[in-house]
Amino acid sequence: MKYIDNILFIAILTAGLWFFAKNIKSLVRNIKLGKDIDRTDNKAARWKNMAKIALGQGKMVRRPVSGLLHIVVYVGFILINIEVLEIVIDGVFGTHRIFTKILPDSVYGFLIGNFEVLAFLVLVAVIIFWIRRNVIKIARFWNNEMKGWPRSDGNMILYFEMVLMTLFLVMNATDIHFQEMNTGNVISQYIAPIFSGLEDSTLHMVERGAWWLHIVGILIFLNYLYYSKHLHILLAFPNTFFANLNPKGQFTNDANVTKEVMMMMDPDADPYAMPAEGAEEEVATFGAKDVTDLSWVNLLNAYTCTECGRCTSECPANLTGKKLSPRKIMMDTRDRLEEVGKNIDANNGEFKDDGKNLFDWITKEEIWACTSCNACVEACPVNIDPLSIIMDMRRYLVMEESAAPAELNNMMQNVENNGAPWPYNQMDRLKWVDE
Amino acid sequence: MSEALKVPIMADMMTAGTTPDILFWVGSAGSFDDRAKKITRAFVKLLNKANVNFAVLGTEESSSGDAAKRAGNEFLFQMQAITNIEVMNMYEVKKIVTCCPHSYNTIKNEYPELGGKYEVYHHTEFLQQLLKEGKLKISGDTFKGKKVTFHDPCYLGRANEVYEAPRELIKSLGVDLVEMKRNKLNSLCCGAGGAQMFKEPEPGSMDINVLRTEDAMETSAEIIATGCPFCNTMMTDGVKAKDQEGKIEVLDIAELLAKSL
Ligand code: SF4
Ligand code: SF4
Repeated sequence: MKYIDNILFIAILTAGLWFFAKNIKSLVRNIKLGKDIDRTDNKAARWKNMAKIALGQGKMVRRPVSGLLHIVVYVGFILINIEVLEIVIDGVFGTHRIFTKILPDSVYGFLIGNFEVLAFLVLVAVIIFWIRRNVIKIARFWNNEMKGWPRSDGNMILYFEMVLMTLFLVMNATDIHFQEMNTGNVISQYIAPIFSGLEDSTLHMVERGAWWLHIVGILIFLNYLYYSKHLHILLAFPNTFFANLNPKGQFTNDANVTKEVMMMMDPDADPYAMPAEGAEEEVATFGAKDVTDLSWVNLLNAYTCTECGRCTSECPANLTGKKLSPRKIMMDTRDRLEEVGKNIDANNGEFKDDGKNLFDWITKEEIWACTSCNACVEACPVNIDPLSIIMDMRRYLVMEESAAPAELNNMMQNVENNGAPWPYNQMDRLKWVDE
Repeated sequence: MSEALKVPIMADMMTAGTTPDILFWVGSAGSFDDRAKKITRAFVKLLNKANVNFAVLGTEESSSGDAAKRAGNEFLFQMQAITNIEVMNMYEVKKIVTCCPHSYNTIKNEYPELGGKYEVYHHTEFLQQLLKEGKLKISGDTFKGKKVTFHDPCYLGRANEVYEAPRELIKSLGVDLVEMKRNKLNSLCCGAGGAQMFKEPEPGSMDINVLRTEDAMETSAEIIATGCPFCNTMMTDGVKAKDQEGKIEVLDIAELLAKSL
């Protein structure tokens, strides 16, 4: 029975990682349901964006308070994971604090000391985050789309982090040997006295308990990601890498439309020409009716969105009480995509028409309220582009359904007939000269 | 205003065998909208003053297609774009200047893929250049000491990252340039973009242009400077809605400059 701990540990670790790999597989499969677009050009600029915006948190600090708190949690999270490496090795081989055997006490103490400080800072930051959400009730966490699961999800993540950090500190505080080393216990030495009345054996049990809960907690958290807005800790990196590099005002020109317009305008074109051989083209839908009409970058965006609401809090439509919220656009896209993914899983890899589409989540009223001002795109700390989804849905409404608001139909008719959005005669275009 | 303006027309120049250095894209608002026409005239006054060799397309100009595209009508947009490109390529246009950030954006960013490759300037960029080269001289007397705030047009600012040219021009007037709390990349839209100019807003608690006017009022500016005919209309309406007529003037940068010659 000597190895039972090791075996149990390896089993739990394997299960945790296996489920995680499975989740990642569905995630990638779902993202690939989107239309293909090329985002591999100009790699240098892409790496730079990723380094500056995801790794360097460049856009987070535009709001200094939440930005700095977030950097604490982010740096803490990454560095404390070095300690997880030791935990895993210990768990697999049944060792205890293996790094103390490899590293000089002073180096080990230095590392753990830093982790302890970070853990403490993360704990403080996370508590402040919780207060901002639940006590101060910062407006962007209380919009309509933040009811129910999204709100509990936000808090769950904070509780997870509080518990994990506390377990890490308790684990150190109750580790008799580590406290005796008296190096690196910068924070835990102040927690140790709480347990001072306990027998050594009880203390050891508390230490083991904290150790196990900590690593199991991490594995649970890892698998919680897929069901949570917290995926951004992974996806922020590819998301910033593949983000749009063109000027924000440049919208895509639909290539299918170009083909048709060129044909219409070319006096030599043969309207009855056969399509090129082998080109059994499927009829393309213009714009987006459902998530599968969006690009894979839109879908990656949807999974990356961390529901922070910075976009919505800068959206002129939302600020003036309209239903449109760019964050909701991203959440709806993700929820519909999840539904489509589950549909495919349930039907042996084929999507079975469920009579629904993205417009069951996002209403026309929202789509038409957008001013295309790009404030949401600018505000997003991970370069998500809600506007391109809105525009694709408008294209669908106008080009496939002719369902624009009446005033816009008027405007477009004017453009078509007199080359201006108002009913003026093209021949009067120079009248301003003599007025 | 009835000063005679010199407005050469592309077709006439072609007949006369001359070519302009730059095409002035007037835009539909600049051609037809009563308020915007004044901006067009002010800009031409400056071009004349600086002896710029320019021309307009006149009746050969047609909607840039921006409003159609933002409304989702990609067909109509591309029809407009390709028609305009054919005309401009026939005249071998190389450089374009426009007072409308919407035309500016679409011609600069969306026309190239469809065969229209030009050097495109917003009028504030072009005027800044004229000033730098000494071709245009501005006296700092007309608006001296006045408090002026600048409203960034979305399609000039965030969309194309032009923030400084308009501000440099305003500063050249010897005025006190004050920023609104939301400015440059955090600027708030006037409410007209994305084809909203042509429709009623969706139900809400207030109109966007009123909110933006409140931003401007917080600075206690006497003049709201704009760089877009749509922003100008929206802010003018906002000032009316807030009963600030007579206290706050809404003027395009071209107008401010033309009044300071
Ligand atoms: S682009 Fe549309 S959704 Fe985004 S902030 Fe502007 S109005 Fe809101
Ligand atoms: S789109 Fe970006 S800014 Fe908006 S909620 Fe998601 S992560 Fe935050």
